[in-house]
Amino acid sequence: MTADAPPRPPAVAAGPLPPVNRRPLRRRRLVRAARQAAAILVTLFMGVPVYLITLSAFSTRAELNRFPKALWPRGVSAGTMRAFLGSTGVVPSFVNSIEVGLTTLLVSLLIGAPAGYAIARYAFRGHDAYQVFLLVTRSLPVVVLSIPLATMFLRLGIYDSVVAVALVHAALALPTTVLITASVFISVPAELEEAALIFGGTRFAAFRKVVLPLSIPGVAASSIFTFVLSWNEVLAAAILTLNNRTLPAQVLTSLPYSPIEYRFAGGFAMVVPSLLFILIMRRYLTNMWGATIR
Amino acid sequence: MAARSPRLRQAAAPYALLLPSALFLLALLGWPVISAIGQAFTGAHGGTENWRQMVAEPQFWTSVRNTSLLVVVLIPLQFSLAVAMALLLRERLRARGFYFYVWTVPLAVSDLAAGLVWLSIFTGNGYLNSALGWFGVHPVDWLSYQNTSTMFLAVLVAELWRATSLVMIILVAGMQMIPRDYDEAAQVFGASFWQRLRHVTLPLMRPSIQVALILRTILAFQAFAAAQALTGTQFPLLIGQTYLWFVGLNDPHVASAVALVVLGVSMVTAIGYLFMLRQPRGAGGGAR
Amino acid sequence: MTDPDGQPTTRISRRALVRAGAALGAAPLLAACGQNTTGAKAGSNTLSLLSTQHTPTKEADAFRQILKAADPSLTVNFNPGDTATTISQVKAQVQARSVRVNAFLGIHSDLSTLGPDNLADVSGLVSEIGSAGISAGNVTLSKIGTDKNYYVPLEQATYLLAVNKKALGWLPAGADVNSLTYDQLLAWAKAGKAANGGKAVFGLPAGPKGLLHRFTQGYLYPSFTGGLVTTFRSPDAVTAWQYFKELWSVTLPASTNVDFMQEPLASGQVLIGWDHVARLVDAPRDKPDDWLMVPAPQGPKARGYLAILNGIGIVKGSPDQDRTRQLIKALVKPEVQLDILRKLAFFPTVRAAVPADLPPAIKLESQAVTRTQTGGLLSLPSVGMGASDSKFTKVFQNCFTAIVLGNAGIQQTLDAQAKTMQQLITDANARCWVPDPQSSGPCQVG
Repeated sequence: MTADAPPRPPAVAAGPLPPVNRRPLRRRRLVRAARQAAAILVTLFMGVPVYLITLSAFSTRAELNRFPKALWPRGVSAGTMRAFLGSTGVVPSFVNSIEVGLTTLLVSLLIGAPAGYAIARYAFRGHDAYQVFLLVTRSLPVVVLSIPLATMFLRLGIYDSVVAVALVHAALALPTTVLITASVFISVPAELEEAALIFGGTRFAAFRKVVLPLSIPGVAASSIFTFVLSWNEVLAAAILTLNNRTLPAQVLTSLPYSPIEYRFAGGFAMVVPSLLFILIMRRYLTNMWGATIR
Repeated sequence: MAARSPRLRQAAAPYALLLPSALFLLALLGWPVISAIGQAFTGAHGGTENWRQMVAEPQFWTSVRNTSLLVVVLIPLQFSLAVAMALLLRERLRARGFYFYVWTVPLAVSDLAAGLVWLSIFTGNGYLNSALGWFGVHPVDWLSYQNTSTMFLAVLVAELWRATSLVMIILVAGMQMIPRDYDEAAQVFGASFWQRLRHVTLPLMRPSIQVALILRTILAFQAFAAAQALTGTQFPLLIGQTYLWFVGLNDPHVASAVALVVLGVSMVTAIGYLFMLRQPRGAGGGAR
Repeated sequence: MTDPDGQPTTRISRRALVRAGAALGAAPLLAACGQNTTGAKAGSNTLSLLSTQHTPTKEADAFRQILKAADPSLTVNFNPGDTATTISQVKAQVQARSVRVNAFLGIHSDLSTLGPDNLADVSGLVSEIGSAGISAGNVTLSKIGTDKNYYVPLEQATYLLAVNKKALGWLPAGADVNSLTYDQLLAWAKAGKAANGGKAVFGLPAGPKGLLHRFTQGYLYPSFTGGLVTTFRSPDAVTAWQYFKELWSVTLPASTNVDFMQEPLASGQVLIGWDHVARLVDAPRDKPDDWLMVPAPQGPKARGYLAILNGIGIVKGSPDQDRTRQLIKALVKPEVQLDILRKLAFFPTVRAAVPADLPPAIKLESQAVTRTQTGGLLSLPSVGMGASDSKFTKVFQNCFTAIVLGNAGIQQTLDAQAKTMQQLITDANARCWVPDPQSSGPCQVG
């Protein structure tokens, strides 16, 4: 990061016409260039690994085994990718995963966002206790919960279903949803809401017309989390399903045991849908850029 | 609309809003959590034996050390980077939209794929050594168990890459709410960049920073796939010990004991953050 | 109702909100479309087979073909997964008394972890098939320490050395690559490393999913000490560990990242590697003429080798057990067993004449396996350890980490680990198993 130059006091010069001081301008330009350079550096750091996954996913096995490796496409082949996408269960589990992801999103937002609003707006007994309770559920490694969870769903008769996986994913995502939406609700000026109340609106109307639109970035951020979490979650999905698997349960569990070219193809195929989801949600995340909210 | 008893309604409102989520979590995770806790204190040889075995595992203390080291070094680095990224995005740079998209991309990548790609970069005949080869540098064994420091560095870089976007988008979402005029006003009064950052921007971002810090730390205690892909068994982490006992050694009792340690450490850190960055209760961004 | 501001930003937001809402609204609609079966259509005629074996995508599909061909009248949903999730699933189903999985395919230790609590007694089935020639040793193994059989032996495997022919130039004088001694292997790896500019040419699968512990358990110990448990901390064992340290000094250091030897072998990172046959078979697959598969070396006491057994068990309380039995009987037919060998590199458990037309890579392995078995000292992975099986194995992993990687004192480490081992064996009340001499009580660590 580079620092902006503090505006200097105007140079006091002798003579009728003070010469133009170009230094602040030059500095300003330098700072701009430095910022652009920093942004490009960060972009390279974040982007290159993704480029490499893509490159490897479409490389032949021989190419992946070669050294030194080429950083540009060489020995391109979609063969592994085709074989991967054609293997048993990939298509139905893909659809299951989308269903699970969107259901998870809906459930966690429907019950999480109101809680986030309560935490941000109200002072009440149990405020901190509730937050701690949320964090406890998120801090315990899921693996030790797996057998009781599976037993529970078996007894309820919803084992091996999209709903079961979505419920567990929603529970895993709920703490992030609540806390992230709260962090945004808290920044929505309370006066705006009060103004709406004064003008005769109900609390709900004030929420719907004022707070909700302003909290879209928070909702977008938390839904990115939720969807990606659900999309990549393996353990609960693998234990709770048998014949109706999600994509990670169907594919990710076997990838570590698969040849290297399959691992890349699978890794890449799994990334694409989340990328699309982020691409859509990104617009809502920066919805307010440049808008001045008073 | 006039409510019959506005004050009562007011008092009940937060609970009504919280109730669905609390009930949902209790119904779904209540019993599994209780039974997991129960398991940590029971077993063929009694409860204390679980804890003795947990500590006696040769890599337990190494994993505690590695986990603390990683969290202590990683989180500050990650936050500096994420704040810097969020601030860069606020400037009206050319190609801002493109930058932002690329910076969020690692979020989409699963642990497994992240481990895979960083392994292909750092491994003996990987991309890094290939690139260094062009400059005549001999291949370096970055991940060899004998080079502990480069091994740690590799894990650090991979984790920095994998999870910084997570922090960044929470900050960006929060930053949307900061009125630009505050910053501009401070600028008019001659505040330097660092002064504005310290006294204007960061304080206004406190709610987002708090949440990002808590979530990131809790998740940091849970992630080990990338570290495992890069270092094999040579950089054990505490959460890996849970899996080792549950998956590798088929002992849910000791696994639950380790899980409780993870829970304890996460909670102590999270509650610490909650109090350190305490928000004036009930006050929204503009209320006073 | 008053809209307090008519700012443009708000209007944009509202439109965005509607769009996001529409996207979300699609979710329940999609979910309403119902489940999407990822295997064969589940129905009353479908059997569900959970497996810790044949997990790689390609291998799984090959096994599905084998299942289909074995008995076309059955529809089998083959679900491979990792050990932990599959075992957890079975346990949860049995606990909830709502068993959906019909059969479980795994290695001996997976099946002994499940044990009599989760598996049905298949003694009748085993004796019925017995006439097909399941070896007495395997029949005993499938009793997992009890007096009834809890699984049917299905596939066998062992460990070999894969050798890239490029490495033959460094073979010590007078050594026969098909009957190496451990000293010759060490000299070979040393010469190779020296000639290769200091970069090791020998590798071992010491990664987190690697099977290095089997090298200690089934190869070093029997070859150097003639036993396993009863010779665990003997002077011969100390010699074995000293040898291991020397061998490790000429082993690829990145081996601690290797789960499957076939990968560094295929990429040319190493030229000689030891691993499970199924984890080597991809190395020679593309260019079989460049490769040799040879038996593991001979030690001072014997040519120790480990037999790995995969079996299939019926889950306790599962529906449709007759049909599951029908499936198992189909899988042990000689032609199906040979199909498994051909496609998956696992060897038959029943008598089956190995045909001449095997794929080249499999043929290489098959010959090496035959060589290994003639005159070799057979070891079995732990027998009768039940759910502690993996903890028993962990003892050897701990020794490796401490002695070879951590340079800890050999005798002290062995003495300390011997206590843990004895405790495990006593708790499981396990008798000694090959290569150790039979015992009447729990096996005594010596």
